[in-house]
Amino acid sequence: MIEEKDIVEELTTTDYKYGFYTDIENETSSKGLNEDVIRFISKKKNEPEFMLQWRLKAYNYWKNMKQPNWAKLNIPPIDYQEIYYYAAPKKNSKPKSLDEVDPEILKTFEKLGIPLGERAKLAGVAVDAVMDSVSVSTSFKDKLGELGIIFCSISEALEHHPELVKKYLGSVVPMTDNYFAALNSAVFSDGSFCYIPKGVRCPMELSTYFRINAKSSGQFERTLIIADEGSYVSYLEGCSAPMRDENQLHAAVVELIAHDNAEIKYSTVQNWYPGDKNGKGGIYNFVTKRGICHNHSKISWTQVETGSAITWKYPSCILKGDYSVGEFYSVALTNNYQQADTGTKMIHLGRNSKSRIVSKGISAGKSQNSYRGLVSVSKKAENARNFSQCDSLLLGDKCGAHTFPYIDTNNRTAVIEHEATTSKISDEIIFYCNQRGIATEDAIGLIVNGYAKEVLNQLPMEFAVEAQKLLAVSLEGSVG
Amino acid sequence: MALLKIENLSANVNGNKILKGINLEVNAGEIHAIMGPNGSGKSTLANVLTGKEGYDITGGTIEFMGKNLFDMSAEERAREGIFLAFQYPVEIPGVSNANFMKTAINEKRKHKGLPPIDAMEFLQLMTEKAKLVEIDRKFLNRSVNEGFSGGEKKRNEVFQMAMLEPTLAILDETDSGLDIDALKIVANGVNKLSKATNAFVVITHYQRLLDYIIPDFVHVLYNGRIVKTGNKNLALELEEKGYDEIKQNANL
Repeated sequence: MIEEKDIVEELTTTDYKYGFYTDIENETSSKGLNEDVIRFISKKKNEPEFMLQWRLKAYNYWKNMKQPNWAKLNIPPIDYQEIYYYAAPKKNSKPKSLDEVDPEILKTFEKLGIPLGERAKLAGVAVDAVMDSVSVSTSFKDKLGELGIIFCSISEALEHHPELVKKYLGSVVPMTDNYFAALNSAVFSDGSFCYIPKGVRCPMELSTYFRINAKSSGQFERTLIIADEGSYVSYLEGCSAPMRDENQLHAAVVELIAHDNAEIKYSTVQNWYPGDKNGKGGIYNFVTKRGICHNHSKISWTQVETGSAITWKYPSCILKGDYSVGEFYSVALTNNYQQADTGTKMIHLGRNSKSRIVSKGISAGKSQNSYRGLVSVSKKAENARNFSQCDSLLLGDKCGAHTFPYIDTNNRTAVIEHEATTSKISDEIIFYCNQRGIATEDAIGLIVNGYAKEVLNQLPMEFAVEAQKLLAVSLEGSVG
Repeated sequence: MALLKIENLSANVNGNKILKGINLEVNAGEIHAIMGPNGSGKSTLANVLTGKEGYDITGGTIEFMGKNLFDMSAEERAREGIFLAFQYPVEIPGVSNANFMKTAINEKRKHKGLPPIDAMEFLQLMTEKAKLVEIDRKFLNRSVNEGFSGGEKKRNEVFQMAMLEPTLAILDETDSGLDIDALKIVANGVNKLSKATNAFVVITHYQRLLDYIIPDFVHVLYNGRIVKTGNKNLALELEEKGYDEIKQNANL
C-alpha cells in the first residue's frame, strides 16, 4: 500500500508543457494602477472618449471596493500596484497581415498548436490570438465578412464599430458587478469581439487563444459576443502562460448576448500555468462570464479547467426570455496545490425557461476543488425547469472536493432537480485495469475521460480530443 | 517446460502467514482445480500470481514460461498472458466494455510488437466472443460491470477472458453466486477456450462447477499448503465427506 502512495507522489508531479517564454520586446505601461495608467492604455489603443470615461468611472468605483473572500479559496494578498496593466509585443503592434507578425510570436503560437494563418484555413477555424494585451492576428476575417459577421479584437471593434461596443459593453456584466469585473472594466487591454447578424449561422468555429507572456503582467481581456435574432455561433477560447515563480493575475470578463431565437455555444479550455508541484507560481484566474438569453434563445457554456493556481469562475446565464435555455457543462481538474471554486448561476426570469448543469470535479494531489452554483427562479418565471448534476472524483486521500449548491425559488411551478455523486478511483479499480494489461497511468486516463465524457462530448470535435489529452497530461497517474 | 512452476511459495498479509510453502506445476493443455475451505489461501494465491499490491512474498519462486514472475508488474504479467477472472469484479463507470477491451487488447499487442487492432477486426472478435458466453451485444456498450447483476459480472469476466485469449487463466470462485444456467454458460466458455497451448487454474469452493469443467488435477489447499492432490474423483469425494477429514489429517 505504501508503494501505491509513492506512485501518487511521483505521478502528481507532471511538468507543465506550455511553460516556455518567448523573447520578444515588450512595450509596457508604468507599474501599478492610477488614472494616468488608464489614460495611457486608452491612448495606446486610440479609443473614443466615451471609452476612456467608462474606464475611469470603473476605476474610481473599483478603488473603493474590497476583494471578495466568500469563495472556498485561500488567496494570498495581491499587490495591485506591483502589476503591469499593459504589456504589448513591441514590433508592429497592428499587423495588416500574417507576414507582418513578429516571427517569434508566430513560433509561440505554433508551439501551442494553434492553427494560425495557413494552418487556420486548413483547419477551418477562425482564430484571434491575444498575446499579453494585444490581439496578434485574426484569421479568416474576409470570409466571415461576406456574411456580415464581425470577428475582430475588441480594440478594432472600438475603432470600426464603436456604436455596437457602446451599446453592449457592460450590459450583462456591469462595471460595478464585482471587484474583478470593475478592475477589468478599468484596464482591459484587448480581447475578442464578435457580432453575428440576424439569421446568420456562423459556418465555422470562432476561436481566441490567450497567452500571458510578459513578466509581472496581468491579462485583462474582455470578450463580447452578440448573436442577433435567429443567429448561431460556436466560440472557443484557449489559454496558457509561461512557467514563472511569481503569481500572475488574470481577470477577464466575457459577455454574451443571445437575442430572440439565437444560440451561442461558448467553450473554454483553460490551461493557465497551475504553479509547480510545491504550489509555487501559477496564474490567479478571476473571471466573470455571463450571458443573457432573450426569448427562445439558448446559451451553452462548456468549460474544461485544468490550469491556474487559483480559479474563481462562474459562467452564468440570465434567462430573461420566455422559453430560453441555459446550459453549463464543466470539468474542473485540480492537482498539486491548485484551488478551484467554480460553478454557475442560472437566473430564471422568463416563463418556461430551462437550465441544465453538469459539473464534474476531479481532485488530485493536495488540491481543493469546489462547485458553487445558484439556481434562482423569479416570481414571474412560470414552469421553470432546472436539472443539476454535480459529480466529484477523488484521486488520493490528500485532496478535497466540496459542493455548494444554492437554490432560491419564488415560483411554485418550478421544478428543480439536483443529483450529486462522489467517487474515488480505488486501488481495486486500478488493479482490475492492471490485470487486463493496462498500466496505472493509462487506467486513470481511461477512467477520467470516461467520467468527463458527457462534458467533453459538448466540445467541438477537434478540441474534445485536445481536452482529453490535456486531462490525461494534467493528472498523469495520480491515484491512492 | 512447465507453463507455471511454483516452488515453496510463502506470503504474508499484514504480518499474517497466509501461504506457507506452495508447490504447484501446471503444464500447457491442463486444467487444475484448487479447492479448500474458506480462509485456506485460495484467493491469496490468485492475487500473488497476478501481482496485486499488499502481499509480502517471504519465500519461494514462481516461474511463468521460464520467466521469474516477481520481476514483472501486474500489467506486464497480464500482457505476458496471465488472466484473472475476479471473484468480485469491480465497476468502472464511464468506460464502456468495448473501449475497455480494446485498450486491453492493444496493450497486449503493443507488448508483442504488433500494431493496434483494426476496428473491423475488433468488432468481429467481439461479436464472436459475445456469442460464446451468450451475452447480449448491448452489454458491450455499457460501462464495465456498471449495474450488472452478479451473474452478468461473472459472465463478463469469461467474455474478457475469451477476448484476451490468455495462456494461463485463473478463475477465482467464478461459480459463486451463479445459478445453474449461468454456471453452464461459464463452464461451456472455459471448455471451448481450453486448448493444448493454454492452461486453467479453477479456484472453487464447491464441486458442482467441476461437473461441467472436468479437471485433470484437483488440489486441496488448506492452511496455506496443498495438502492433497488427485484427479476429478477427489472433488467428488470432498463433496461427499466435506473437508473435515482433510483438516484432521492436516492438523495431526
